[in-house]
Amino acid sequence: MPLDQDLEIKKFKVIGTRVRRPDGVDKVTGRARYGADVSAPGQLVALVLRSPHPHAIIKKIDISKAEKLLGVKAIITSADLPDLTNGDRGMLDILENCMARKKVLYDGHAVAAVAAIDASTARAALKLIKVDYQILPHVTDVDEALKPSSPVIHDHIFTDGIEPKPTKASNFNKQAEYGHGDLDAGFAEADVIIEKSYKTEQTHQGYIEPHSCLASVSPDGAAEMWVCTQGHFVYRNQCAALLGLDANKLRVTASEIGGGFGGKTHIWTEPLALALSRKANRPVKLTMNREEVFRCTGPTSSTSIDVKIGAKKDGTITAAWAELRYHGGAFPSNWAEFGAMTTWACYDIKNCKSLSKDAIVNRPKTAAYRAPSAPQSCFAVENTIDEVAKAIGMDPVDLRIKNAAKEGTKSSYGPVYGPIGIGATLQAAKNHPHMKAPLAKDTGRGMACGFWFNFGGQTCVDLNVTPDGTVTVAVGTIDVGGSRASLALAAAEELGVPYEAVRVIVADTSSLGHNDMTDGSRGTFSSSMAAVFAARNAITVLRERAAKTWEIPVDDVEWVDGEAKAKGASRGNLAPLTLKDLAKGAGGTGGPIAGHSEIVADNAGVSFGTHICDAHVDKETGKTTITRYTVIQDAGKAMHPSYVEGQYQGGAAQGIGWALNEEYVYGTNGRLQNAAFLDYRIPVCSDLPMIDTQILEIPNPHHPYGVRGVGETPIVPPLAAVSIAVTNATGVRMHHIPMSPPRLLKAIKSAKK
Amino acid sequence: MAKLEIHLWGALRPMADGASSVFIDAQSIRELFRKLSEHYPGMEPHIKRGIAVSIDGKIYRDQLDTKLPASSEIYLLPRVPGG
Repeated sequence: MPLDQDLEIKKFKVIGTRVRRPDGVDKVTGRARYGADVSAPGQLVALVLRSPHPHAIIKKIDISKAEKLLGVKAIITSADLPDLTNGDRGMLDILENCMARKKVLYDGHAVAAVAAIDASTARAALKLIKVDYQILPHVTDVDEALKPSSPVIHDHIFTDGIEPKPTKASNFNKQAEYGHGDLDAGFAEADVIIEKSYKTEQTHQGYIEPHSCLASVSPDGAAEMWVCTQGHFVYRNQCAALLGLDANKLRVTASEIGGGFGGKTHIWTEPLALALSRKANRPVKLTMNREEVFRCTGPTSSTSIDVKIGAKKDGTITAAWAELRYHGGAFPSNWAEFGAMTTWACYDIKNCKSLSKDAIVNRPKTAAYRAPSAPQSCFAVENTIDEVAKAIGMDPVDLRIKNAAKEGTKSSYGPVYGPIGIGATLQAAKNHPHMKAPLAKDTGRGMACGFWFNFGGQTCVDLNVTPDGTVTVAVGTIDVGGSRASLALAAAEELGVPYEAVRVIVADTSSLGHNDMTDGSRGTFSSSMAAVFAARNAITVLRERAAKTWEIPVDDVEWVDGEAKAKGASRGNLAPLTLKDLAKGAGGTGGPIAGHSEIVADNAGVSFGTHICDAHVDKETGKTTITRYTVIQDAGKAMHPSYVEGQYQGGAAQGIGWALNEEYVYGTNGRLQNAAFLDYRIPVCSDLPMIDTQILEIPNPHHPYGVRGVGETPIVPPLAAVSIAVTNATGVRMHHIPMSPPRLLKAIKSAKK
Repeated sequence: MAKLEIHLWGALRPMADGASSVFIDAQSIRELFRKLSEHYPGMEPHIKRGIAVSIDGKIYRDQLDTKLPASSEIYLLPRVPGG
């Protein structure tokens, strides 16, 4: 059986069915163990002292009084985390983000950590630590940060991407440009040119489970960590490197995960817990509270984007230009560049450019958030496309269909597309009943399409047949959205056994080779591929065992519907051997039966989606209510359609929150003003309608079952779709999101004047 | 062996005297990276950090043994992160 990525056309037996999720009972009964649910004998409680200043020099840290407090077992500062990065500036940035070194760079930046016998003692100790700061001017706004007059945060940053390279340090860390064609000629051809500027505010992934870990380092250097993460192998590798441990000595076990969406792809407090445990020689649990999650983990960039589009009266877009300014928080990043790569990716435009400017500000380090950087870019582009449609009097869906990228289109980020699904999602939107449904008073309809890169990466699967003929599958990719069910379906499909006969676990870092994180919509795409290959390798072993049992050549044994069958007319009297038969006799045919797979899944294929939104606006209060919402996206093959629908709905819900309410609010003092869910409003069930989904299944040619990653693209179009719906409800174009009631009301009132 | 045109994204162009593409004879991604490092030493840190290679529109991030067919369209791109 083939062990390559190529699609095989086959009739599925269990793939595509809506089987019961394996983690469901434990999760709804509270039995599932999350980051903070595990304890160890003699465990200490750790807390972190954090800077109240957005930008300051640490002149001195005095821990002498805190150290003497009864019950305090260890205190660490950056002095306990020496630079072992050997010139790797990226790793040093990670270390510096975990614990400030010479300067604090944002409100909430860690400056010291305490491990004590209980939380109250640790809190008392934090109060006894004295930090002498020299406060520096700060900047939190992306446009302000790019001005030459802004206070320079790092004196080693000289803008990349500009020739000649500047000799003066600044907060402008990188410039990049993508696109092709002749903009001037394209705009000269246009009958209509629309040019607008947009802003989006910083948002958090809003995962319900705060970061938590339990670390234990023994005097012999062996260490264990239980942690909530999207990638325990990456956490293992980075923590070991920063603390000078051998990676094999640090065994990391991943807990269940209460949401991540990109925010748990970075280490934050884990090196601190390990360093405290090493110093105290006791296990240490470190759990963030919600305020810390907001202040000190990795939200998105806030952005400022300019867009200019030229089009003919027949709807042909002749030229498109954008400048995107994003920030990476307090460290250099490429977020604007990634936004620029996605800017025009949905469209076939002869002349297009996008220029990115990445900035550094005194905010927490920006992390990925589902299709990172694409939603903001999509918001700006799709609103401008909508304005073009209005200006030339063309249906906005038809305008997009006319200009949609297709096979053979030169993408705006460079390569020529192979077969892609943007046209299919737009056509499905045009034909969807939602598009034709009547609208209530003060309600508008918007639609938008979006793009994201998916990827695959390194993945391991071990499949073992137990003596009773059931199957266990161990995978190293964290299950954030149902991959355990999908892997069980893949193994059951290949082996020809019931779904219920397969149990999938996420193994620890000492049990498997390296696995990349669950990000980039890679979890089900890559781990299901590895599961298919592991099962096929196990079938090779099963055929060998049947051949031994029958004393015939292995080439005369085939595996059909969960049984070994002997081929050939002379062997008609040999009764098939089932998986149970072979498992029972394994000891006499060569020992345990297993199949393994270690792969790099590449060429995941790009992803497109189209969303339709109906929004009602109360013009007296500015409150927006989403009354209907539809997500249309290509899944390649939906292994478990309920989980795919869940990804579509979850991405849409998060995007609606981003569009309507979610926003980091910084005071003039550079401190975050709303680090709590009371003041940072994410949508809850009662805020949303049932989100409709339409799964398109255009098989991915680079997966044996045709699977395509689906987790990220659903958050790309909502910012645009919601804002266009609000525009159509109010007649007011919102160029700045979130469209919170005060901001929307102000815009409505301004438009009336 | 015919040389392939390798399109560079903006960050790599300064290492190639501002050129938007360079010509390299290579049969695999691994050979391409080795020769780019030899001809344009400034690209080596980028290659070590990780570069994605688009071959006729298919994006490869890790499989360095992947073949580069003659007359294929090749773009070097940043490795985009995910969430």
